[in-house]
Amino acid sequence: MMELGKYAGTVLSAYGVSALLLVALVWQSVAANARARRALERQERHG
Amino acid sequence: MSIWEYANPVKFMRVSGAMLPWVVASAVLCTAGGIAWGVLTPEDYKQGATVKIVFLHVPAAMMAINIWVMMLAASLIWLIRRHHVSALAAKAAAPVGAVMTLIALVTGAIWGQPMWGTWWEWDPRLTSFLILFLFYAGYIALWSAIEDPDSAADLTGVLCLVGSVFALLSRYAVLFWNQGLHQGASLSVAPGERMSAVYRYPLYLSMLGFFLLFLALLLIRTRTEIRRRRLAALQAREMRA
Repeated sequence: MMELGKYAGTVLSAYGVSALLLVALVWQSVAANARARRALERQERHG
Repeated sequence: MSIWEYANPVKFMRVSGAMLPWVVASAVLCTAGGIAWGVLTPEDYKQGATVKIVFLHVPAAMMAINIWVMMLAASLIWLIRRHHVSALAAKAAAPVGAVMTLIALVTGAIWGQPMWGTWWEWDPRLTSFLILFLFYAGYIALWSAIEDPDSAADLTGVLCLVGSVFALLSRYAVLFWNQGLHQGASLSVAPGERMSAVYRYPLYLSMLGFFLLFLALLLIRTRTEIRRRRLAALQAREMRA
């Protein structure tokens, strides 16, 4: 069982900010890769 | 078989494509496992529950420095042997390193407020980490600012060499200067300073998870850069025709 006591706000904010930054990084990386793949496929088909 | 064969973009795309699902699955398992295990550890007698922040802070700080070292190696390969994939890998790694540095700075500040009584101190390690973050930002900005990709790779390679001083300083700052708030290495093996096994093993798992997460993101982002480079080459060929 998770016990955070009086430091609950401190611990949760550290995890919250880190999760937000990591999710944004992963999202941006995957989305940019999908965009680049689609653009290249389009170019190779019609170019 | 030579390692330089992977400098061939076609071979890199084939091998990285096959590796990626395994690396992603291992990264998710180790990161989630390490952090979940860390969150469930008992409170520390001095730090209370804030000790749980170490499972984010230490792996992020470790990767912040090591990613710059990887970028240095890739930049040197570019500068010496002119392999495009290595220059693109260095470019791809920089945003991941910047985010890792930011996580280390932010989680350190959040931990420092209740433990040290301040969010920030101009301590050698904290300051060198802030400078490292600025180097990451400058490196990313320089890539965006220069249109010719080879010139951009040359100049960012030189910037990477200069920034390496600060990456090393971030690692060894607490040894160079004995003053400052930041404690010594979290994983010290010196007698009496060794972290308890209760915290050490989940920390190892979390560190492995962060390394694998970086590897997964590096592969994805390098593949993106290779695709963009190929697209630009095809468009340039079409314009000339």
